[in-house]
Amino acid sequence: MSLHAIIIDDARSVRMILKKMMVELGFTVEEAEDGKKALEILVQNGPADVALVDWNMPVMNGFEFIQEVRKQSIYDEMKIMMVTTESELVRMIAALEAGANEYVMKPFTKDIIVEKLTIMGLINNENASAAH
Amino acid sequence: MTISSTDFDFVRNYVKSKSAITLEAGKEYLVETRLSSIIVSEGLKDISDLVIKMKERADSPLHARVLDAMTTNETFFFRDITPFEVLKKEVIPDLLSRRSPNGPLNIWCAASSSGQEPYTISMVIADNFPSLKTPGCLTFIASDISQQMLAKAKSGLYTQLEVNRGLPAALLVKHFTKVGLDWQIKDEIKRMVDYRMINLSTTFPSLPQMDIIFIRNVLIYFEVEVKKKILEQIRKVMKPDAYLFLGGSETTFNLDDNFERCDLNKTVAYRLKKPK
Repeated sequence: MSLHAIIIDDARSVRMILKKMMVELGFTVEEAEDGKKALEILVQNGPADVALVDWNMPVMNGFEFIQEVRKQSIYDEMKIMMVTTESELVRMIAALEAGANEYVMKPFTKDIIVEKLTIMGLINNENASAAH
Repeated sequence: MTISSTDFDFVRNYVKSKSAITLEAGKEYLVETRLSSIIVSEGLKDISDLVIKMKERADSPLHARVLDAMTTNETFFFRDITPFEVLKKEVIPDLLSRRSPNGPLNIWCAASSSGQEPYTISMVIADNFPSLKTPGCLTFIASDISQQMLAKAKSGLYTQLEVNRGLPAALLVKHFTKVGLDWQIKDEIKRMVDYRMINLSTTFPSLPQMDIIFIRNVLIYFEVEVKKKILEQIRKVMKPDAYLFLGGSETTFNLDDNFERCDLNKTVAYRLKKPK
């Protein structure tokens, strides 16, 4: 059974790039343009295996999304990876303390995404090689 | 930019004479790609111009830059992950149980390029075996043939792209500080590593007997006879119960019968066969 990812970013182009990468890695993917919309999708479909979340978005930003998700034990197993232009150490620490599992600073490459998914134990080296 | 067969032969003969690294026919694209930035920065027209300039003077700084460009290979933090998990969970605990909780341990990370692999090992040690940071408990040598890569490794300064690759965010915030747009590894991690210039294809300098050797993704670039010579020299600097880590596509099989394969949780290390 394939793993399930939700990609949360207000930029459609970024969602498309990440979706293509994740699909190639064998994930089924849903998309949301902000944190609130993502929460609605998760309530409807249940927790994803991983959420790839931008920081700066309208309505509900990525940091607020993480705080909301980590209040609810149903999402304890869901990994969260921030994918953001925010590259200051304080931001990174804040995201990790709020419950993000990983943090990618834009711009990113497929190798970076693959390596971070491997770190989180969602894929292994064989999956990663097969997807290249 | 296309390279003529004469110029390709000149470059590959030079690289082989200095490093024993073999550039087989078909690797013309690699030479073109790797040397393109030198051609631009030197204000040259093409590779032919570069070769003419190299022929004007032997062993110039330009020669060193060409050698650096042709011998530097991809590296990133926690590359392949499993060797470092095994190091933490099995190899170092096993070695410390045979010695004492404070070691001492001798580690060598060969062909360490820009330093991501030795610093990965340093972070694993600092976070999991802090007693090894006590003076006298750890000798950790990292080596490379390229002075440029050694200088970069010693600086411990990495771009955003480099720290994005393979390095868990929790370790980035713990062991690095941000300097402008780049990331500086902290002194306590940096000073664990002693960098040295070692050309693997020549006779090794004097080295202590090692407990752990990482020489990953480098043997593949050498011809069989050179691989055998390197493994023979490695064997001579390994303690009887030492662990040797090679790259995922590398092996001692058919090269040196004195090693035995040791399967460790999805990765492989090599150990010296016990004398009969």
